[in-house]
Amino acid sequence: MLRWKLALPLLMFAAGSAQAADIGQIKVSKGAVTIDRAGNALPGNLGVHVQQGDVVKTGADGSVGITMSDNSLLSAGPNSVLALDQYAFDTTTNQGRFDTSLKKGTLAVVSGRLAKQSPGSMTVSTPSAILGVRGTEFVVSVNDTPAAR
Amino acid sequence: MTPRPRADARGARPRANLRSARPILAASSVALVALVAGCATPTGEVVLLPAQDGHHSVLTVQQGDKQVVLDKPYAAAETTTQGPRAVESSPKEVEAKFGKALAAQPARPQTFTLYFVEGSNELTDESKRVFESVFPDIAKHPVPDIVVIGHTDSVGGDVYNDKLSLQRADAVRDALIQRGIPAADIVAEGRGKRDPLVATGEGVSEARNRRVEVIVR
Repeated sequence: MLRWKLALPLLMFAAGSAQAADIGQIKVSKGAVTIDRAGNALPGNLGVHVQQGDVVKTGADGSVGITMSDNSLLSAGPNSVLALDQYAFDTTTNQGRFDTSLKKGTLAVVSGRLAKQSPGSMTVSTPSAILGVRGTEFVVSVNDTPAAR
Repeated sequence: MTPRPRADARGARPRANLRSARPILAASSVALVALVAGCATPTGEVVLLPAQDGHHSVLTVQQGDKQVVLDKPYAAAETTTQGPRAVESSPKEVEAKFGKALAAQPARPQTFTLYFVEGSNELTDESKRVFESVFPDIAKHPVPDIVVIGHTDSVGGDVYNDKLSLQRADAVRDALIQRGIPAADIVAEGRGKRDPLVATGEGVSEARNRRVEVIVR
């Protein structure tokens, strides 16, 4: 019982700060990697946690690999811009939503527990298309041309 | 409040621009004719890869009302200004274009499954050995995080099993912390009876379903 009494305030805290919750972690970081968070540019170093709304950017020599809390793996090559638009994951039911968008560059994806539980709960958007992820591994690129906009 | 159809809102702006900007009308018309004539400009590419876990992969590529379904390895779609086009890719092409993105892919999450002596919190002898093998794996990761997921068999309701599965996960989490793994790196979760290893009916006592997964990633 004691465990539950202790857990309750923690749960309430987690719910109250849902927007700032960590949803994944940078596991690989090479070259220039930055995270745009609420108008600030933070270094995208190894071990840094990412949050919903973050925009991850890589430079000409950069690449980054992120493991999400649902086991999804996202990795972007050089000159890429990846926005973590929406993320919600219920660890008990495996239900939720995961929507990212690749604005430019290259991205490799391995889907995780969310897409496995509910095909349709994960999308990757590009400026011109929406990818519905039924599982499990793919790559996507966005050409860096005016036509891509 | 009827929401305005999105197609209207989008369509209205370019048309207004064409009318108001007469000097560039001619150039725009040429571009328009080129588009209509089938000069689709590529905007990107999508390639389905073989799944390492052996699962069948499917991906839909949607542009407006046009869709391409990718359902076998190296099936690909080129996105263009006129919608997606089904194409074929190859390991060589993928490596050339996506090699750096793929090289940055994090290590696959490793799963270790632990079982308990019936009616106790004690691991079976085999699971004690598996538990020991978790530590060298954690040491291989530069920034490890660990997810401990508890599961139950189908005896009892969801509320009971959700709590029980989390208690099992917490017990293993505590054991990891006692062995020096930082508490901040370990999350305990309970899945209740939702994810049985062996499918059974309701109310079936099944030792293989009373388990805890330790996922190192």
